[in-house]
Amino acid sequence: MSAIRSLLARSTLARSLAWVVAAAVVIVIASNLLSAYNNLQLATGLYYFAALAGLTVLAGQSGQISLGHGALMAVGAYTVALLIGNEGWALVPAIAAAVVVSVLVGIPLGAAASRLRGPYLAGATLAFAVGLPALADKYSSLLGGENGLTINPPVPPSWLGANFPLEQWEALIAGAGAVLVLFVLYNVIGSGVGRAMRAVRDDEIAASLSGLSVGRTQTIAFVLSAGCAGLAGAILAVVLQLAQPGAFPLQLSLALLTGVVLGGLGSLVGAMWGAALLTLLPNWTNDIAHSFSLSQKVSANLPLAIYGIVLIVAMILWPSGIQGGVRALFERVRAVRGARSSRRASGSPTPGSA
Amino acid sequence: MTKFIDLTLSGISDGAIYAAVALALVLIWRATRIVNFAQGAMLMITTFIASAVINSSGSYWLGFAVALGSGLVLGALVERVFIRPVESAPPLNAVILTLGLYTLLVAVAGMVWGNQPRGFPPAFSLRGYQVGGTTLLFTPNDTFIVLVVIAVAIGLAALFRLTPLGLQMRAAAFAPEIARLLGVRVARMFTVGWALAAMAGALAGVLVAPSVFLGPNSFDPVLISGFVAAVLGGLDSPPGAVIGGVALGVALSYVSGYAGSSLVPLAALVILVAVLMLRPGGLFAASAERRV
Repeated sequence: MSAIRSLLARSTLARSLAWVVAAAVVIVIASNLLSAYNNLQLATGLYYFAALAGLTVLAGQSGQISLGHGALMAVGAYTVALLIGNEGWALVPAIAAAVVVSVLVGIPLGAAASRLRGPYLAGATLAFAVGLPALADKYSSLLGGENGLTINPPVPPSWLGANFPLEQWEALIAGAGAVLVLFVLYNVIGSGVGRAMRAVRDDEIAASLSGLSVGRTQTIAFVLSAGCAGLAGAILAVVLQLAQPGAFPLQLSLALLTGVVLGGLGSLVGAMWGAALLTLLPNWTNDIAHSFSLSQKVSANLPLAIYGIVLIVAMILWPSGIQGGVRALFERVRAVRGARSSRRASGSPTPGSA
Repeated sequence: MTKFIDLTLSGISDGAIYAAVALALVLIWRATRIVNFAQGAMLMITTFIASAVINSSGSYWLGFAVALGSGLVLGALVERVFIRPVESAPPLNAVILTLGLYTLLVAVAGMVWGNQPRGFPPAFSLRGYQVGGTTLLFTPNDTFIVLVVIAVAIGLAALFRLTPLGLQMRAAAFAPEIARLLGVRVARMFTVGWALAAMAGALAGVLVAPSVFLGPNSFDPVLISGFVAAVLGGLDSPPGAVIGGVALGVALSYVSGYAGSSLVPLAALVILVAVLMLRPGGLFAASAERRV
């Protein structure tokens, strides 16, 4: 036991593998227990996680803002739809290709982004989020215009049994993507690259004086998050069996940033909270709105109003997001326990408790 | 040739509105270092109020004045109630807060006035000028839009350069601590900045409403263009906002006229990225000193 503990303390790779195994077990068990509808929600939450985890590394670790990650999801989604729908590729290579394509799109974007700061970066990425979906109209013979592209539902492999539910298979596909993202990003954050990102975020000039290339570090962060967004978009296209401009409005990009900040900026657990919120909040606000008997005008807009109020109140009361709140709670519990155990220790010292 | 003139003129009129929105964003950025994503919703609310006043009183100019007045009040209110608590928080928090405010205001407008867009009267005729038998794509109302925006830009420039209030606002924005030591009420200057910005926004709302109609989401494209214009010009520079707005309006008008309107969002992206690659702080950025 203590050997495992010391291994986990020493090795980022071991810790990330422990997380991966735990997450995979939870996802497999959950997908077995959930209904078809809830499995679809699980899949939604998992591809949101992939996108949010990439964005939280960009915004929280590297300190860059992006209002354009919804458009990068669109890149992944359209790649998958073209490869599976038109070219007849299998699922896994198509998704892998989608990640490659979104990384290739991310490289020039990231290089451009590394020259821009704060609101200028926000403006450029916003223009990207608004501009890119217009391509679907421009090349409507290839990309299907407003209606987008449809693909056939993914077929569960035969070794899972003859009547394996489609929704559960989709949740597992999304789960595999989310776990992959978790593994890669956990190791990046723990590596020298992650340390370089944080150094650049905290003080660019000091970082460059220490020999770090600010531009290259920021570009790496952007490309990494672009790959995650592309993977998320690819899974979205598989789950919805559709890639269309309407699925990637500016609101999606803004919701991703919101999820990252509400969950807790820079933290992968925070990205989990954010993904859960983005998936569940719309349902909750809808339920709340329809549990009152209100006029149509009011009940149609109440979910939006609640969402807005949640954002405002959360930013005023919990500026560091859900994960920040949870962390503060843990620290208080630990402080109380520490005070208790030190009191006990001073009464009757037990060997080995230190 | 007529087409070119038409496109230029209508581009100038669109650009004047982008300039007004960009001015609103620049004023808030200068005062509090926040990009106000709620600006589009705030000017939507003031335009709805103006519409209600026009409908009940029958006077366009009363509605126009009420829009500007309610803009002042709304801007000050938003700053005091919502923005003050996050002014010292990380910058992303203010971004999310203004997005939340945008969502809330859009929902409230939908609850009160419904989601169906409605018409809004123009100040002057929407029939184009007749020149030598052809009708120009430029109307008396467009003249009014351009003149009003020019007047507001000059008025703001005069306020900032010539009045003690303007001097205090500039001091509060650029060196809040030193300004406070010298007796400037910095927090109040921030409120004034937000109020003035919201008034410029309200003006843009009333001016653009006849052409986009009035609904909870009608002004979103205008806000996006205004933001792009502000970034083009440089967020610290009011003249940059005006020039960026007009330049963007004219450029997008050419793209829409000669290459098709579906390319307009892409063209905005290309223009913005091209300019920012050459000047990362916008066209009118002062070169900034950086310190460790």
